Amino acid sequence: MNLLDQTFGIHDKALQVRGRRMEVLAQNIANADTPYFKARDIDFKAMLGSIQSQDLQIQATRENHYSAGESPADPGLLFRVPFNTAFDGNTVELSVEQAQYGKAAADFQATLQFLESDISGLRKALRGD
Amino acid sequence: MSITNIFGIAGSALNAQITRMNATASNLANAGTVTGTEEEAFRGKRAVFKALVNEELTNAGSPYVGGVKIDRMVDDTNAPRRVSDPKNPMADKDGYVYQSNVSEVTEMVEMMAAARSYQNNVEVINTARQLMMRTLDLAKS
Repeated sequence: MNLLDQTFGIHDKALQVRGRRMEVLAQNIANADTPYFKARDIDFKAMLGSIQSQDLQIQATRENHYSAGESPADPGLLFRVPFNTAFDGNTVELSVEQAQYGKAAADFQATLQFLESDISGLRKALRGD
Repeated sequence: MSITNIFGIAGSALNAQITRMNATASNLANAGTVTGTEEEAFRGKRAVFKALVNEELTNAGSPYVGGVKIDRMVDDTNAPRRVSDPKNPMADKDGYVYQSNVSEVTEMVEMMAAARSYQNNVEVINTARQLMMRTLDLAKS
């Protein structure tokens, strides 16, 4: 398993965070007409850092020891600052969210591309031809 | 897996927008109704949306977290129009009927807004579906 972890490098973690970001943006778009809804976005670096730290395993010698991976949920989840305010207290700006969603999809595909090339390289090495 | 949650989230939004459009259709259909008393006059209905957060989930499961639902329907607060129409069988003793307070222009705008939001969420689902299919194709590369 160690070999596979090293092969994919940061990209499998990155894919998780990118998927999470797309989910958050989908939530924003879904709630574009909800009164008092506050749009959110992900701080990619903080989120990736928190996911990576979850991999650190500390040896627990007692059953009530905490593991190192327990951190507050979603440290990278932040509120978006809107350009304009709306009467109903909603901070979703649909055009911004659409643009961000498109970018997030492109980022997701970029990470997929990296993973694809990693896998095809691995496959080539396994096949030996 | 977060990509799969998008389907639930955007799906709940489709549902909410369709309800909103239904309310608009009902309002437009009743725009011309008249009644004999002010209390009975038709009042336009509006859907009020509410975000689905963790604690409100019952048996829906996590895929809908962050989605949207219809919180309640509220009546338009504008006063019904009072029109003199003594020949109308619904007219009260002074010869007045009460028309609904629906404004056709507002309803058309509302309908277009709901349609646009619906399209937005369809696009969200489409993009998420494409990315998911590509992720599945990772095994083929």
